[in-house]
Amino acid sequence: MSSPKEVLLNPIFNNNPIALQVLGICSALAVTVNMTTTLVMCAAVIFVTTMSNFAVSLIRNHIPNSIRIIVQMTIIASLVIVVDQVLQAVAYEISKALSVFVGLIITNCIVMGRAEAFAMKNPPILSAIDGFGNALGYSVILVGVAFFRELFGSGTLMGFEILPKVTEGGWYAANGFMLLPPSAFFLIGLFIWAIRAFKSDQVEEAEYKIADNVQYKEAL
Amino acid sequence: MSEEPTKDVDSLGNIFTVAIAVCLVCSVLVSGAAVALKPQQDENKVLDRKQNVLRAAGLLPADSNTDSQGRGVEELFAQFEVRAVNLDTGEYVDSIDTTTFDPVRAAGDPELSIDLGDGEDIATIGRRENVSLVYLVEGDSGVETLVLPIRGYGLWGTLFGYLALDGDMQTIAGIGFYSHKETPGLGGEVDNPSWKAKWPGTKLMRDGEPALALVKTRSASDSVAAQYEVDALSGATFTNRGVENMVHFWTGDQGFGPYLDKLRTGA
Repeated sequence: MSSPKEVLLNPIFNNNPIALQVLGICSALAVTVNMTTTLVMCAAVIFVTTMSNFAVSLIRNHIPNSIRIIVQMTIIASLVIVVDQVLQAVAYEISKALSVFVGLIITNCIVMGRAEAFAMKNPPILSAIDGFGNALGYSVILVGVAFFRELFGSGTLMGFEILPKVTEGGWYAANGFMLLPPSAFFLIGLFIWAIRAFKSDQVEEAEYKIADNVQYKEAL
Repeated sequence: MSEEPTKDVDSLGNIFTVAIAVCLVCSVLVSGAAVALKPQQDENKVLDRKQNVLRAAGLLPADSNTDSQGRGVEELFAQFEVRAVNLDTGEYVDSIDTTTFDPVRAAGDPELSIDLGDGEDIATIGRRENVSLVYLVEGDSGVETLVLPIRGYGLWGTLFGYLALDGDMQTIAGIGFYSHKETPGLGGEVDNPSWKAKWPGTKLMRDGEPALALVKTRSASDSVAAQYEVDALSGATFTNRGVENMVHFWTGDQGFGPYLDKLRTGA
């Protein structure tokens, strides 16, 4: 069994849920247009993953095998609804910006994945740490993506102007592509490249090798 | 784990016990949160609407909840009077509670709205409510500022916003959108403060017809036509068309036209 420290820190770079397991990409595309909403989304995911892992682990010895997935889902969904309600009450502007994506934390593969893979087999405190660590790994990537998207797409960070835009009398011509969801694909791809260049053990083996072209023929 | 799961974990009885117990605990948690936070959420919705009205009227900056003199939303909104207006007759309707009435929701109710024909529906909204809300600031000489809720289709979806008019019901005092799905950087620039700043002072009606236009090339600045023109957003043809159409629709005969006529003639 791994130590709590490993459980906490491994998911951040060694076994990052987005970069290595490629889970939870959907929300990484959708909520990373600016830093403020991203940070709130990350906090929500950290809360849900930690609490759901803790709760699932707490009752893991009583959950019948045949309904374990639905029990996990019920717990996760309840936590997400509570988070959504709290956001609507205390941070209305941000909850409007996040709109459906808070609700979609329910379907975030990371939350469910950690409940099924870790919390069902480990004690509550360690499970909570694992959930926290994985959500933190998710958050690191999300905040990174949001940093570049907001800086180059809007010229601001957390709403504060960094690069004055041409449309508002400055010199920076904003990159509109950064405001569209596909840009996050490119950024995540670049992050994965950077992480794997640094930690080469994460590079996957090629599944097949392209055979040499042995016969040269004219296309007639 | 050293702990052996007890044998009857997978028994039918335990399946029901666990399922019911989990559901009970979760439902208490969820409904508790929903009920406890409801008053705060409703307050937020009301506050949000007030902010949108104030921003359209140019009384509140986009990124702050207080104006330059430090007055808050409630204080600024206190000068507004909210009235319900029958769009067909232009008369005030006093039987409607303006704090809870939602014109957009009313437009979805066949009892409270009319189906617009193809020719009339220039803003592409499908149905129009019979009664809508107006926000007035009244001074010594009658209405000083009037804020109207407007909506219409742009490129990707419906834009929802407010249009503010000066007391002559002819000069635009401001425009603002609180919800839209236009392309960021192109049509999404409807939120750009420097574009919105071009609206105040523009004239609305010419010879009784809505004449406001979003144009690529402005007419000579001393010409009559220039009074009715606002710079169009570049790269956003459909959004421009949508905004122009929705202003025409909501200030025209199908929208607040009859009501505005009444105010203009002082009836």
